[in-house]
Amino acid sequence: MPKVSMTVNGKAVSAEVEGRTLLVQLLRDQLGMTGTHVGCDTSQCGACVVHVDGRSVKACTMLASQAEGSQVTTIEGLAKDGKLHPMQEAFRDNHGLQCGFCTPGMIMSALELVKHKPNPSEHEVRDWLEGNLCRCTGYHNIVKSIQAGAAAMRGGK
Amino acid sequence: MDDAPDLRAHPVRGAVGAAAAHDSAHKHVAGAAIYVDDIPEPPDLLHVWCVMSPHAHARIRSIDLADVRSAPGVIDAVSAADIPGKNDIGPMVAGEPILAEGIVEYVGQPVVAIAATSIKAARTAGALARVEYDVQPAVLTVDDALAQGLFVAPPVEFKRGDAAAALARAPNRLSGTFRIGGQDHFYLEGQVALAIPQEDGDLLIHSSTQHPSEVQKMVAKVLGLAANAVTVEVRRMGGGFGGKETQPAMFAAIAALLAQRTRRPVKLRLDRDDDMMITGKRHDFVVRWQAGFDGEGRITALDMDLAARAGHVADLSPAIVDRALFHADNCYYIPDVRLRGFACKTHTQSNTAFRGFGGPQGMIAIEEVVDAIARRLGRDPLAVRRVNFYGTTDRNVTPYHMVVEDNIVHGLVDELERWADYQERRRAIDAFNRTSPILKKGLALTPLKFGISFTATFYNQAGALLHVYTDGSVHLNHGGTEMGQGLFMKVAQIVAEELQIDVDRIKISATNTGKVPNTSATAASAGTDLNGAAAQIAARTIRGRLADFAAAHFAVPREAVRFRRNEVEAGANVVPFATLAALAYRARVQLSATGFYKTPKIHWDRDNARGRPFLYFAYGAAVAEVLVDTLTGEYKVTRADLLHDVGHSINPAIDRGQVEGGFIQGMGWLTTEELWFDAKGRLATHAPSTYKIPVASDLPRDFRVRLLEGARNAEDTVHRSKAVGEPPLMLANAVFFALKDAVAAAAGAAPSLAAPATPERVLLAIEDARGGAATP
Repeated sequence: MPKVSMTVNGKAVSAEVEGRTLLVQLLRDQLGMTGTHVGCDTSQCGACVVHVDGRSVKACTMLASQAEGSQVTTIEGLAKDGKLHPMQEAFRDNHGLQCGFCTPGMIMSALELVKHKPNPSEHEVRDWLEGNLCRCTGYHNIVKSIQAGAAAMRGGK
Repeated sequence: MDDAPDLRAHPVRGAVGAAAAHDSAHKHVAGAAIYVDDIPEPPDLLHVWCVMSPHAHARIRSIDLADVRSAPGVIDAVSAADIPGKNDIGPMVAGEPILAEGIVEYVGQPVVAIAATSIKAARTAGALARVEYDVQPAVLTVDDALAQGLFVAPPVEFKRGDAAAALARAPNRLSGTFRIGGQDHFYLEGQVALAIPQEDGDLLIHSSTQHPSEVQKMVAKVLGLAANAVTVEVRRMGGGFGGKETQPAMFAAIAALLAQRTRRPVKLRLDRDDDMMITGKRHDFVVRWQAGFDGEGRITALDMDLAARAGHVADLSPAIVDRALFHADNCYYIPDVRLRGFACKTHTQSNTAFRGFGGPQGMIAIEEVVDAIARRLGRDPLAVRRVNFYGTTDRNVTPYHMVVEDNIVHGLVDELERWADYQERRRAIDAFNRTSPILKKGLALTPLKFGISFTATFYNQAGALLHVYTDGSVHLNHGGTEMGQGLFMKVAQIVAEELQIDVDRIKISATNTGKVPNTSATAASAGTDLNGAAAQIAARTIRGRLADFAAAHFAVPREAVRFRRNEVEAGANVVPFATLAALAYRARVQLSATGFYKTPKIHWDRDNARGRPFLYFAYGAAVAEVLVDTLTGEYKVTRADLLHDVGHSINPAIDRGQVEGGFIQGMGWLTTEELWFDAKGRLATHAPSTYKIPVASDLPRDFRVRLLEGARNAEDTVHRSKAVGEPPLMLANAVFFALKDAVAAAAGAAPSLAAPATPERVLLAIEDARGGAATP
């Protein structure tokens, strides 16, 4: 089987994968990083969003081999020195979750939004989340969390 | 003590009433919360894929698994013939198979289960299963089942007075047929079970289930084991919504069967499409009604038939149809009434519990009647709703002969009407509609009253288990399950309040059938009412023992012992809670207790449809405003104002989340979520590509949510709180009737609109109403 090498959350990893192995399968099944979730298996619900070279990607859409040589960041890679990222804190503090299954993907998507729009409006957040499904919260507190997280990130850290 | 007043001013962290974060929030945001599929896979794990029926109804002529068994990676393959115990997981009615036996009765029904070293190997081998069928005619719809008299349970009837006579003498009469769609749960985490063999042939099962005790019981039954040989554990679910009340038993039992045979751990995780093909959903209903009413719209008589598509077996359908009837009055007094319920047998998935459990269908049916009466009389529907409200001292008996004792709907609706500026907006919208030819606005205010308690009285019991360790830390367990609703946190807050310790001193532990036995499903919104009360009783037992001990130890009267903010005062002595626990241990005081709670007052005589099935009612109301493009049927919900009664809230942030989430989920049910079956009974909308749950951009542009202030449960529930899981879903009725209002404005006539009101249906409703209207 071909071998792929990449950096995941700052650590160099390599693994043997089939050509058809998805990035999410590599992360979850081979690297044991189960924070990235599989909700719909068909790249629609967004629970599997990770960052590849700084861009949000649905890890159910991308082959592991396509991430060869890339910098991959997953939800597990956001906290630094045991301290949660401001966006993680915002989801926790603003009740931006219930069952929590969609949360990792929501946070990873939110971080890409903030890259483009450091101060997103409520409308912009709602539009951005088209590719992330949540069945519990009704999204209201997710939108609030993202705006609060963006504000905390603007505030510097 | 000098600082005593400060102590009182600063309650413990996470006390009752605190808007504390979900107990797992810090793990959820870090990807550190473990769901069943995240449990590190044991060595030798096998994965399961099920061969499903391609036919809605067929006899199985033969099953040949020889090629499957010899396929690469396959370790075992089973059909019904391989089940050592009973092939039956029926929760109410016997005869509900985990694997089809002799006959298949829906497209998607599991026939064969294959265990292999990878899911890919199992799935690939599935193509080699040779199953021969004799296809039979299928009954797919409520109408067909009614015509043929096919039911999964006998019809049920509630009545008071003489509806037929009252209809005959009514000053006005109206009748109609109302179709209400079903709904897929679309829990983000699909069905999953992991079965791990233990010594003595026992099994440990990690199941994503709202009902671990039932999974335990059903697995034992299927495998021919005693219940004590099966332990079921669930730390959390990635959403449940009723879809994990009975459905998980099938997947746990299949995994357990293969684990028992292979002596290897077995995981069965359905992918989304298979999950949607196999599992039951919210029942779709056809409602036929005839109502009599006076000139103000006051209902004098109602005769209503509510027919549900139960699917191929009963599952919980009889109780769900009952609950539809229990809510076909909503907030309205009906003097002479007959309600009949039918659980229709069809060759489709066996529909099941879904947030509201039939209540939403019953409730929207009577709202449809009230709306139709208002439009017939040319009155504002809110005025007609008001004249029909239950009274507080008279006109307060339901069709099932229960007196409504805690009615707060009048004040709640008055408050919402003011807060949401209903009357002013009504006038503004009417003015807008007069001058806007293409875009039309609609507005509606709908109330809700939802009965709290399982209607099967025996389910209204719960147990809890509490340990205090000698360092003062606490281990909490109870029979309730966590599916995201925040139950674990609310119960922990109740214990923190009783023991007066910070909530982070309490370890919340996974639900486990070995710790608290014979539990009820976490369902019927009753999770906190039942398990919170049981945990409170356990905590009070331990506190009582500690207080007795402290009084003796410090030689003070019992009344001089107080638990305050992580400390215990005994007269002039103040010790940390942990110190007292250590001292009590050395004095041989038992620091572990169970708690058991059963709901008082309730009783239900199903044969005679009489009793008090509910301890109390939860109330709420919503105003929704929509904007419809009459050329396309597309619409936006432009504003929603929700006012909901949660009694004295144990955690207002969690309760608010239930209100917001329930409303949006209800909105999905009534607007975009359409289950579409083809002529052969195949569900065509079996993935999020075609089945549309709400996304963030579907939120009302202006979304205002309030919990009713100063509310308190009239009944003696835990901290006078009220159940909140299901009721807010029905706040979304306002969206449906706002759409009808806009359609009426566009067409100039009373519209006929089925649920879900997809843009396509809205457009057709406008065209239909215009076609039938006398005005141009």
